[in-house]
Amino acid sequence: MALLARRNLFHDRIRFAVTLTGIVFALVLIIVQFGLFLGFTTTTSNNIDHSKADLWIVFHSVGYFDTGRMFSERKYYEVLATPGVHQADKYIQSFAYWKKPDGGVENVQVIGFHPGRGLGEPWNLVEGDLADAKQEDGVIVDELYKDKLGVSRIGDRAEIGDHRARVVGFTRGIRSFTTSPFVYTSFKNSLNYTRPESREDQLTYILIKVAPGFSPAEVQGNLRARIHDVDIYTSKEFSRRTRFYWMFTTGAGLAVLTAALMGLVVGVAVVAQTIYAATMDHIREYGTLKAIGATNNYLYRVLIEQAVWSAVLGYGFAMIVAHFIVQSSEKGGALILMPLSMKIVMLFLAVFMCIAAAFVSINKITRIDPAMVFKS
Amino acid sequence: MISSIRSAKTVIRARGLSKHYREGATELRALSEVDLDIHDGQLTLLMGPSGSGKTTLLSILGCILRASAGQLELLGEDVTSLPEKELPRIRRNAIGFVFQGFNLFPALTAAENVALAMNVRGLRGNLVQEHAERLLLEVGLEDRMGAFPADLSGGQKQRVAIARALAGDPPILLADEPTAALDSISGRTVIELLQRLAHHSGRAVVMVTHDPRVLSYGDRILHLEDGRLAREEATQHTLVATQRFSPTQPGANFSADLPFEF
Repeated sequence: MALLARRNLFHDRIRFAVTLTGIVFALVLIIVQFGLFLGFTTTTSNNIDHSKADLWIVFHSVGYFDTGRMFSERKYYEVLATPGVHQADKYIQSFAYWKKPDGGVENVQVIGFHPGRGLGEPWNLVEGDLADAKQEDGVIVDELYKDKLGVSRIGDRAEIGDHRARVVGFTRGIRSFTTSPFVYTSFKNSLNYTRPESREDQLTYILIKVAPGFSPAEVQGNLRARIHDVDIYTSKEFSRRTRFYWMFTTGAGLAVLTAALMGLVVGVAVVAQTIYAATMDHIREYGTLKAIGATNNYLYRVLIEQAVWSAVLGYGFAMIVAHFIVQSSEKGGALILMPLSMKIVMLFLAVFMCIAAAFVSINKITRIDPAMVFKS
Repeated sequence: MISSIRSAKTVIRARGLSKHYREGATELRALSEVDLDIHDGQLTLLMGPSGSGKTTLLSILGCILRASAGQLELLGEDVTSLPEKELPRIRRNAIGFVFQGFNLFPALTAAENVALAMNVRGLRGNLVQEHAERLLLEVGLEDRMGAFPADLSGGQKQRVAIARALAGDPPILLADEPTAALDSISGRTVIELLQRLAHHSGRAVVMVTHDPRVLSYGDRILHLEDGRLAREEATQHTLVATQRFSPTQPGANFSADLPFEF
């Protein structure tokens, strides 16, 4: 049985290559589409997820990260006086204009943080020093956006909101879901670049680290009791809200989600068709097996073994192809993620799809016209 | 009913076998009221024009197709009312099939094709391989055991198919035009082999054929027309075969008795 299953697959190498190609294509399609979805989803909330903060205080009714609104600095001092708060840092997110050295203008998101304090800092710095963001005009940008921002090395200059900016560092892989790259600088510099309208409302977020012995939920309750007109989220909550906003309430997110689901549907259809065709190519042999006394269970086992072989080999090749695509996406405009959990799910999905497709043809095999085996 | 010719034992007994197909509002009668006794130790030829019901009858006798009406006994067991899941057991234990198109598995060698038939019967291990090789030796293919079907001639393929049909040591062999696709020499080899399987090891061999070259080898010739058993001819072989055949357990001494000189 095992021999027949394997030989049936490998004997006709061209047919097997066609079968594998179909499975690999389907799996890569699904991986890329869901990888894009994951990449987009992750990108929307990456500043929150890497902030190392336990809690975020945001202006009341601000639903997601990219639309931070300024609020009073006094809240910050109230936060500091709240039991369970170990560290609180002011943080700014605001859109601004970036004037390139050649005169061109780009929209950017300025992120103001406190270098060296650990909360809300950019990550994956590959050139320069984080502390240099404290310099009067020091900014850190991602190397993905060098061309877009018209800079290529540390020391290159530009203007943000008519204030000088000098690149002091480059990060790798910090993308913006919007078309506006993130520009990290010290909180103090960011005030110059974003020029808050009110002297009092001078921060968009407060990032909080809770004290040892306190849970984020406990401190969240304490803050809610003391501070009003703001919303207080755990990092997970704020991250989820931001992702949800972009993925499910905007056209962009829905387009990515729809494409991912379409990828799944097309992938399943391709695998089903491929396995079905491969099985039907051997229909006469299955008919002969039945004629010589094989039970349906025997046929099922042969088919399932073939399906599992196809799935595992297809999965292996698909992983190789997908890794190349994922690697090349790291330097491209759209991030494709393939975490371990996705790899495991894809293996099970591949096996499940192949077996399910084989079962569709099993139904056909169990109803083979007996006359078939008697015809030449 | 057409009466059977004398024999040691009736292994297939059919009474009133009919098969109807429905095509829209029309009922097609593929087989009508066929009464038949098939005996061990005989090569029975089923003849008739295309559409006369030969293959349908062979399918019913082989428990691949169910009759619409009538009764069928194989080796004394009434298989007419057996549940569907019991039929593979009957096919495994009682029947060997030889097909016109050989129906070998192209991905398996000759020996593996024969071994597969034993594998279907739940047999595993080295003994299976040894038995498969012994069967191939007996059909004269000792030097082609490792060959794939694509590398065998038509006659060799059919002999592999016969070896496969014998894998379960069945008392009944059903062959559907086994010589139709073969040249005269290969055809003669195959029909002689089938005849010897009937005469020397006491199997009941039923063979559908259009091939006039094989008529002289049959012990009985049954003619089907329009789904009915129209007439039966006894051949000169009948007497000779009956005299030559000494009843033994089907297949029990097949390997020892069969001298093949092609």
